[in-house]
Amino acid sequence: MSARIPLVGKPIERIEDRKLLLGRGSFADDIHRDGMLHAAILRSSVGHGLIRHIDVSAARALEGVHAVFSAEEIGRPVPRIPVRLFPNDGMDPFRQPVIADGKVRFVGEPIAIVIADTPAIAEDALELIEVDIEVFPAVTSIAAAVAGPALLFESHGSNRIFGYEIRRDELADIFETAAYTRRERLYVHRHTGITMETRGVVAEWNAADGYMRCWGAVKVPFANRKILAGMLDLPEDKVEMIEGNAGGSFGVRGEFFPEDFLIPFAARKLGRPVKWIEDRREHLLAITHARDVECDIAIACDGDGHILGIRADMRMNIGAYFRTSTTIAPRNVGQFVPGPYRVPAYSADVAVIASNKSPSGTYRGPGRFEADFFRERMLDLAADDLGIDRVEFRRRNLLTEAELPKPFPAITPNPVVTELDSGAYEHVLDLCLAKANWADKQHLQGKLVDGRYHGLAVCCFVEGGAAGPRESARMVLEDDGTISLYVGSSAVGQGVETILTQIAADAMELPLDAIRVFHGSTTYVKEGWGSYHSRSTVMGGNAVLLAAAEIKSQMLAAGAGLLQCSGQEVSYENGRVIAQHGGSVGLKELAGKDIAFEATFHNSKHTYTYGSHVAHVAVDAETGHIEIVDYVAIEDAGRIINPLTLHGQAVGSIVQGLGGALLEHFVYDEDGQMLSGSLADYLVPLATDFPNIRTSSIELRPSPNHPLGAKGAGEGGTIPVGGLLANAVAAALRDFHVQPTELPLSPDRIWRLVQDAPAQSGA
Amino acid sequence: MKMRIEFELNGKPVSAEVEPRLTLGDCIRHELLQTGTHIGCEHGVCGACTVIVEGDAVRSCLTLAVQAAGKRVQTVEGLANGDNLAPLQQSFQKHHGLQCGFCTPGFLMTAHALLTHEPAADEERIREVLSGNVCRCTGYLSIVKAVMDARPAYQANKAVQS
Repeated sequence: MSARIPLVGKPIERIEDRKLLLGRGSFADDIHRDGMLHAAILRSSVGHGLIRHIDVSAARALEGVHAVFSAEEIGRPVPRIPVRLFPNDGMDPFRQPVIADGKVRFVGEPIAIVIADTPAIAEDALELIEVDIEVFPAVTSIAAAVAGPALLFESHGSNRIFGYEIRRDELADIFETAAYTRRERLYVHRHTGITMETRGVVAEWNAADGYMRCWGAVKVPFANRKILAGMLDLPEDKVEMIEGNAGGSFGVRGEFFPEDFLIPFAARKLGRPVKWIEDRREHLLAITHARDVECDIAIACDGDGHILGIRADMRMNIGAYFRTSTTIAPRNVGQFVPGPYRVPAYSADVAVIASNKSPSGTYRGPGRFEADFFRERMLDLAADDLGIDRVEFRRRNLLTEAELPKPFPAITPNPVVTELDSGAYEHVLDLCLAKANWADKQHLQGKLVDGRYHGLAVCCFVEGGAAGPRESARMVLEDDGTISLYVGSSAVGQGVETILTQIAADAMELPLDAIRVFHGSTTYVKEGWGSYHSRSTVMGGNAVLLAAAEIKSQMLAAGAGLLQCSGQEVSYENGRVIAQHGGSVGLKELAGKDIAFEATFHNSKHTYTYGSHVAHVAVDAETGHIEIVDYVAIEDAGRIINPLTLHGQAVGSIVQGLGGALLEHFVYDEDGQMLSGSLADYLVPLATDFPNIRTSSIELRPSPNHPLGAKGAGEGGTIPVGGLLANAVAAALRDFHVQPTELPLSPDRIWRLVQDAPAQSGA
Repeated sequence: MKMRIEFELNGKPVSAEVEPRLTLGDCIRHELLQTGTHIGCEHGVCGACTVIVEGDAVRSCLTLAVQAAGKRVQTVEGLANGDNLAPLQQSFQKHHGLQCGFCTPGFLMTAHALLTHEPAADEERIREVLSGNVCRCTGYLSIVKAVMDARPAYQANKAVQS
């Protein structure tokens, strides 16, 4: 028999594609149920105020309207959304109610919900609802929120609603004695994922069985089932979340939002299926926002450019409430500032600030994008001040392999121990510099060529992945000899179906088409977690390996019985159980022997993909426009399951980072009105924006912490982009002494920096 | 007040009773239950809803259903030959030109209209035309490659037709 060629590591075309290309996907708005009604939501048009009165009588009287619910009808106390990740009792007063009751704290907060025969009638009815809101002064910027006097939660007495302390070895008197110190105030603006499919929920209540079925689940169906079951006072197994196709997640979509309660609530109340599809304006107003963090950062070095310590005082503007994933970015931004570098002493305080903006949470590289902007900016500033080459400065400070694993700085409250697992940081830096022709291009730094200033920068980063605690996979041998694989992982467009099929096919020594993956229902496995923190390949993949090992041993036992020999006298090869005496049985013959197993992979150790990026930009000082002339990225993903899909993650992730660094910006005025409430105002990258991107993923240092060796790699592309671009612009405009301290690097900001530059002032 | 309209959808005559305010996109999706066309922004920016009307790529979120009366309309469901992916669709799969797949029908229809009219479009032209559609997953490189790689099929087609 010829040796089987492994499928893991091959650029297999995706299994997911065919259905999507034929227009046969199943997204939330594609669901049509008999007797289905439609919901529309009245949202606060003021940033901060107190609801004095709501009159829904005219809306209720409109023909085709079935019900209107506000806090009154939903019942008090109104359920509030729990903090899913790192909850802390101190956050309880600041959790978001599923519908405003009394105060409204951001534009877009739900006030009432209309259920009608058609979406158009429901929207017509919204205009008939009369709401009397006493408007309070709003706070939107960090400075305003800190200064007050307007308070989102009066009884708390401050808009600083939580805080984290992050520490590694005492700073002691480092800043008093160091040969070199520098202090800056840096800021990363508010932007987020913006999925192409807006959010949507279809809920159907079966009164006879007391069973609630919801379509439109994304990212964390099991967690949302638990939350919803609690709010509806149903057992978890009487609630089913169905994921279908998901039009993007990037961390922002799929968490538990108010509508994830309101729509099922209405469906149960009315005994009819109810559909709600978010429109784009609602999406921009109310999807999970991200970033929006200010940092007073100080770095201390010795005279040779060795970092002695970093101190950071940060304020993260999380918007109006804590929601499910809000804790992650303030934790990460504090913990990731040292990154892949040796920062012997480190101290960060992160204040969590409430303001009259939309609540924030995880978005691709949460906290890390921001932390890398802070760190990499400081490294270039320090290197320049000390007269040390920027690459050499990084070499002196990158952790060596001998120093790994390296624990992260400790965080409180809710401490978690994690460590950088493995990596050849400097080696990958060298690979990246070589691929980008760094040395040959140094003569371009700051040079004016055809009216534009050229600049290059390089950054190093680490990316966390593989969040625990567990993930599940259930394998079942079917009658036709194929294997059904039911998984708790979620598909958000990352290709998890293909990835897990490859891993399962190799583990079972079978062709791809012998495996069928089922994902997207909470009925498939007893418990599942989903897709976040770049975890699906590592967590889902290892669960598949465990399930495969167990059903192979079940097959051996069953096969030995059929072949009338002992378990020691059979072996498994390419889907057959072979006896030493020569006989064999295939999977079809083993079907009907109840061969099935649900495996759970436990993991508490994160993976850390790492790498380097180089950007070469050309800046038009007269218009502030930045062109990416070349962008080179190399990351070590440990072990690559599918180079095609990994490449897709890498490029998409970088372009999203470029969008965040250059284009995307949620602008609020001081009253809390969002000024970028359409896709014509909130600018996302287009096909003409960033054509020059070169990425490669390599397999250099597998994760030592799990059998598959792969490292989560969905977010690394985004993480270093902000710092990298700011450094490249600073390099290009060095003759103007321009040093960006804030993102985005929009044309008007760059133009203003040039206008205000000292070099220009005398000209 | 509803109006009865008739048009040709992917080669087949269809009819619907629609309010004048109903968009073509909503009509195709929710009246005719052809859900391959996706609605991404409803203000004409993202291009996910792109369909082809009388040979031209149009935004079905900015087109009223009544405007399609008597016209030939093509959607993503009309691209393939039964279950066989069209060359353009095959090229998207080969080059990993889709991840979540939500924007994909719009990109396919935009590219199909372009290459039908201009089978020799160069990379710059392709990028320019595709810049009317938003994709959040891919970063576009693979989509542009997929469209470029599909050109020979359209050129061959043109040769057969002419």
